[in-house]
Amino acid sequence: MSKRNFRLSKRSSQWLAFSLFRLVSFSIVGVLFVILGFIIVRGASAISWEFLTGMPKNGMTEGGIFPAIVGTLCLVAGSIVFAFPIGVLSGIYMNEYLKENWFKKTIRSMTNNLAGVPSIVFGLFGMALFVHSLDFGDSILAGSLTLGLMVLPIIIRTTEEALKSVDDSLRLASYALGATKLQTIRKVVLPIAYPNILTGLILSVSRVSGETAPILFTVAAYFLPRLPNSIFDQVMALPYHLYVLTTSGTNIEASRPMAYGTALVLIIIVLLVNLLANAVRKYFTNKLS
Amino acid sequence: MTIRKLSEKLAVGVLFSSSTVTTLAVLFIIFFLFRSGIGLFNDSSVEPHYTLVVHKNNPIDHLTSQALMAIFDGHTTNWSEVGGKDLPIELVTIDEIASQYDEAALGESLEGVPACVEDYMAHNEQAIGFFDATFVPADFSGKHLVLPKISLADFFLGRSWYPTAVPAAQFGVLPLVMGTLWVTFLAILIALPIGLIAAIYLSEIADERMRKVLKPVIELLAGIPSVVYGFFGLVVLVPFIQRLFGLPVGETALAGSLILAIMALPTIITIAEDAIRSTPVSLKEASLALGATHWQSIRLVILPYARSGIMAAFILGIGRAIGETMAVLMVTGNAAVMPSTFLEPVRTIPATIAAELGEAPFGGTHFKALFTLGIILFVITFLINTAVELIKPKKP
Amino acid sequence: MADVKVEAKDFNLFYGDFQALKHINFKAEEHTITAFIGPSGCGKSTLLRSFNRMNDLIDGVRTTGTTLVNGISVYDKAVNVDELRKQVGMVFQKPNPFPKSIFENVAYGLRVNGVRDKHLIEERVVTSIQQAALWDEVKDKLKKSANALSGGQQQRLCIARALAIEPSVILMDEPASALDPISTAKIEELIYELKQRYTIIIVTHNMQQAARVSDYTAFFYLGELIEHDETKTIFTNPKSLQTQNYITGRFG
Ligand SMILES: Nc1ncnc2c1ncn2[C@@H]1O[C@H](COP(=O)(O)OP(=O)(O)O)[C@@H](O)[C@H]1O
Ligand SMILES: [Mg+2]
Repeated sequence: MSKRNFRLSKRSSQWLAFSLFRLVSFSIVGVLFVILGFIIVRGASAISWEFLTGMPKNGMTEGGIFPAIVGTLCLVAGSIVFAFPIGVLSGIYMNEYLKENWFKKTIRSMTNNLAGVPSIVFGLFGMALFVHSLDFGDSILAGSLTLGLMVLPIIIRTTEEALKSVDDSLRLASYALGATKLQTIRKVVLPIAYPNILTGLILSVSRVSGETAPILFTVAAYFLPRLPNSIFDQVMALPYHLYVLTTSGTNIEASRPMAYGTALVLIIIVLLVNLLANAVRKYFTNKLS
Repeated sequence: MTIRKLSEKLAVGVLFSSSTVTTLAVLFIIFFLFRSGIGLFNDSSVEPHYTLVVHKNNPIDHLTSQALMAIFDGHTTNWSEVGGKDLPIELVTIDEIASQYDEAALGESLEGVPACVEDYMAHNEQAIGFFDATFVPADFSGKHLVLPKISLADFFLGRSWYPTAVPAAQFGVLPLVMGTLWVTFLAILIALPIGLIAAIYLSEIADERMRKVLKPVIELLAGIPSVVYGFFGLVVLVPFIQRLFGLPVGETALAGSLILAIMALPTIITIAEDAIRSTPVSLKEASLALGATHWQSIRLVILPYARSGIMAAFILGIGRAIGETMAVLMVTGNAAVMPSTFLEPVRTIPATIAAELGEAPFGGTHFKALFTLGIILFVITFLINTAVELIKPKKP
Repeated sequence: MADVKVEAKDFNLFYGDFQALKHINFKAEEHTITAFIGPSGCGKSTLLRSFNRMNDLIDGVRTTGTTLVNGISVYDKAVNVDELRKQVGMVFQKPNPFPKSIFENVAYGLRVNGVRDKHLIEERVVTSIQQAALWDEVKDKLKKSANALSGGQQQRLCIARALAIEPSVILMDEPASALDPISTAKIEELIYELKQRYTIIIVTHNMQQAARVSDYTAFFYLGELIEHDETKTIFTNPKSLQTQNYITGRFG
């Protein structure tokens, strides 16, 4: 047996492949930094108190984006009020009540299908059903319902996953003490699953605040420098406002700073939401262990 | 006791109803898309309330939308080209009538127009008239052409998309379908290898510290709104491409593909990573114990084992790219032409809907055509989801 | 004295802060079978996996001292792990054939080690399967998936797979614990045959098995090697009380 066999022979193919993989993976980090960096650097100078709290002025080349911020908040609130209860209840029913049969399979595959529907198709659907058939008109109500349907699968899935991770022995222990199924779910299962359900909610907020296509024809206003009075009002919204400023403003060059600022606000929302989701996750995992 | 039972029953009822919402939503989407879109194939492509008339001796009874377009665009100039007599074609609209007859003949509130139309059309065998139906007299001596209907073939095989063309709108979706496929195809071609590499790196090679950097990065990439991607593409990528290739415009299929590739990455990475992680450790150990390097084990054992999951990542990546609207709308230039190179503008199906629905009159032919595009998109994504469900390995 | 093929010198292994192996000194000579016995969790698998560095796969593993195979220090920085593992065959507790054909399973080790010659590969696959006493059962279905075999056949296939790369040492971690008695008997018979050419270390929970197949037996307890002697001696006249208690079934 020669000693040579044990010595480092060339593993250059592995070294080469892994180096390449590392490079490619970190170029993805690079891409994110370029996108974020660019928007943060350019957008920072546009952001001011007036920008965040003022009305757009001068053909949207000056002033602020306050109505768009408020509009987006309305849409977030509206869609969550609609989707969160339904999503959580649905998740509970799927995980706690349904056995693995054709009905559950159907519901699950329909939920997956709904998750895969392109956002513009939600826009078409929302327009046909809420705006026209139900005659809500272009309104916060129509937009929120459309967006709510869009994030429903996210909430259902996270709820289901959260419930699944709760140990079965806890349920059995609760039954053994004479609790009903509903009591067990409310008092034992939900409190444990709660943080993960919350993360699903937070992610839905991020999704709703950034979507444009579903609100194009259901609620979004091109220019509306006032705040909504009721759920039947149209509103401006941040993502649509950015689209307008970038492609169809009255003076696209002059409104560039506004566009950078709006993009930055959107990015900040995404960053905050992600941080929040991670914080919630961490806080509760620490608390549990 | 009974009250408690009753409330428990009630609660279960509420839970059950909630669980049906997604299913109902899908059914409603199907119903409303079809209801709003399906009428398209009964519609005439000619604007409502308008009519086409010719001289009574003209042997032509009907013209296709394409033939009409060609006449109106001046590409077809002789009746023989469309199967008629050897006469030059003269296109007559209300403007010609107004310039040929004096005000007395036309009448103060245009009440004389039908008579003028009758007179002019009766004397000009070469003429084809395109009028508001009210301007053609009831006892018109010439012939009304049968208005062309939009056929399935026109729609799915037509190569021109001019939804507001006069006199006959053209609803050929082929350029849009091809545009979508081109942009998606290149995007996946870029994103799949990169995504797969990143997934391998994350699941097999990276240590905990690297993962802690990469995971949030991918989550953030997934979280950035598509309109922000579009904005970034428009202000950075588009000018860059324009300069790099010396193009008249930078809004190109290439720009769309690059942005879409970035957007599809998180989907591909997450699913492929899950798939790779699902490979049993025992197989990896067996391979290493036989003297295979880690890289050989990845290539020869882990990736083959994970291939259905990787396939799912690929298909879902396509689904994500096909349906993407805003980013593509903002960077591809939106020219509804058959794509021939990645360095020219193209237009995708979602971008078409987003760009045109706002201007399409409610319930009109154009409106219906856009909903029919929506049906196409829906069917594609439905098929994609079904395919993924079929190939995805069943979790034990 | 015959060649020492496998050795541990004052070897310690830590999973993070937990010390799983404590000051192990151990030797196995050429063409012998050594059985590792001891209650579960005492470190048998860990030591076995320290001879071909399968522990490298686990984050946070630290070692001191040395293990040696063929006289070469396994944890030496200059050692090429793949070359090392080529000289050490390993058979796992649960049969783990690749989801490939029977032929490709056995050929795998050759291919990854750079053997291209088709005839050589074919020849080695056939001899390995023969050595693993599996030939008669699979000779007509070499192209069929290995997953279609029974558990016992799969385990013998895994042994054939290990033999194909012509290792000098074979490590077996409870290779029969997942099998039925008939398959177990076949595997034991096979192990006994293999002794002619290889140095074998086998972890087992089954006292009779250790007594039947091994020449030497090493008893481990809580990460320590308590007693290592000829199997006869261990089973008839153990020096340590702990060993005696374990063998007579008083704990474990
Ligand atoms: N990957 C690991 N991480 C941490 N501790 C481990 C790991 N693997 C094994 N151990 C611990 O090391 C000790 C020895 O394990 P092992 O060698 O598998 O025992 P045996 O094979 O004798 O049953 C046990 O206490 C076990 O809990
Ligand atoms: Mg063990």
